[in-house]
Amino acid sequence: MTNPQNKEKSSCCSCAGGGNASASCCSIPADTETAIPKATSTITRENRLDHIRARVGINRMGHRVEPGLYRLGRPDVDSPVFASANYTLSFDALRSALAGVDCYILVLDTNGINVWCAAGKGTFGTDELVHRIESTGLAAIVRHRKIILPQLGAPGVSWPDVMRRTHFKVVYGPVRAVDLPEFLRTGTATPSMRRVEFPLRDRLVLTPVEFVHVALPALAAAVILYFLAGYGASLAAVAAVLAGTVLFPALLPFIPTHDFSTKGLILGGIVAVPFAASFATVPLLPFWANTAAALVALLLIPSVTAYLALNFTGCTTFASRSGVKKEIFRYVPVMAVMAGSGIILAILLGISRLFGVI
Amino acid sequence: MFDSYTENTLQYNEERCINCGMCSAVCPHGVFTPGDTAAVLAAPSSCMECGACALNCPVQAIGVESGVGCAWAMISAALRGKDMDSGTCGCGGAAGSCCGSDTKEPSCCDKKENDFGKQKNDEDILVSPPV
Ligand code: SF4
Ligand code: SF4
Repeated sequence: MTNPQNKEKSSCCSCAGGGNASASCCSIPADTETAIPKATSTITRENRLDHIRARVGINRMGHRVEPGLYRLGRPDVDSPVFASANYTLSFDALRSALAGVDCYILVLDTNGINVWCAAGKGTFGTDELVHRIESTGLAAIVRHRKIILPQLGAPGVSWPDVMRRTHFKVVYGPVRAVDLPEFLRTGTATPSMRRVEFPLRDRLVLTPVEFVHVALPALAAAVILYFLAGYGASLAAVAAVLAGTVLFPALLPFIPTHDFSTKGLILGGIVAVPFAASFATVPLLPFWANTAAALVALLLIPSVTAYLALNFTGCTTFASRSGVKKEIFRYVPVMAVMAGSGIILAILLGISRLFGVI
Repeated sequence: MFDSYTENTLQYNEERCINCGMCSAVCPHGVFTPGDTAAVLAAPSSCMECGACALNCPVQAIGVESGVGCAWAMISAALRGKDMDSGTCGCGGAAGSCCGSDTKEPSCCDKKENDFGKQKNDEDILVSPPV
């Protein structure tokens, strides 16, 4: 953490060179200081509204911050430099966690994508970091050669390459921005700060976007089923989608088995039971029709929920590509057979009803 | 039987390790932990193939076929007749938000392999990583 008085202290330095700067950097010239846009740590109502819009997937790629260098508080040549993505949620998490810290924030152009995803894509990566360090003239603004990156940016950045190309050292901070004050105080991240967790809150904030993804097809299916088979079938479609997109993330650690697909099949099976029971007891229908209707629920609901559950792998930070591939080859055929059989049975029931058999 | 995540592509060459501690610092799952003379591969099955350790190991002691495990991306790529690993990622991660589709960049499930196994020139090896 820096304090404004450091400005006085740093007025007679000999710069630690490196980089490509012509750095005579005893203090920041006034014109340089004003040329660097100022950020604050305050999260406004407008920011919060933007966060809500981002969470529900409105204007999905539009939550961007202009890439470049920002100053927070009154930084000087010794102030720490943090890097972030140009996604408002990432940038806002960082600047609000740094309340009271005089520092610089280097915003990388990640096309409005969060640090973790952008690191996976390589947009939060070595080349972009090197480019931003050079284009902002960072070497002439600070006299140290250290830049603090979020740990989850590490899959995109190679510190040896950054070091070779810019002479800036990459230091990986903690996973969560809220741990930054302690990290700055102690100069180190504890093992727990380095571990990624996936608590209920983090899982729940994902559910609106997950639901919005499939809301339209789910609504269409519910309307069609309402006219073809009544409100029970319509409700079953909505229940399957809600189970896969809302209940599944919420209950993820509590459902037995490790695979997402089998967890989804279990959850979908439980959700299907009341529907199957009610379809099995429709009065005035022959036994075979009641059984077939119950089977439709037991085949279709779990397969839909399991498919949505499998898709949730992309939202987690622990599903490996090898594992997901295995899941796809193991369970997608099972889901397809279940869904196909359920649809065939439902069509047979519909035809029987149309021809007055039931 | 119901755990598809027991095996992955992570490889570790302990003999090459200079015990810099970087892999323990960047791994978000505690797969590597610091050891007395070399990093310890403590929980290999927890690896989610993010590639952070391999990319940041200064001596290429780690290799992994990295990529983001996103079923949606893989299935939609396969449906379009493409390689399963070439899909465009649709979802987010720890920051808890979806990254969305992006036509400019090919994929967040891109395969990234480091040059594990190749010995680099001595001057390329930086032995004091800034953990
Ligand atoms: S690839 Fe990622 S999860 Fe796997 S060991 Fe390396 S840093 Fe850890
Ligand atoms: S990053 Fe590489 S050299 Fe450093 S401790 Fe890990 S394996 Fe060893």
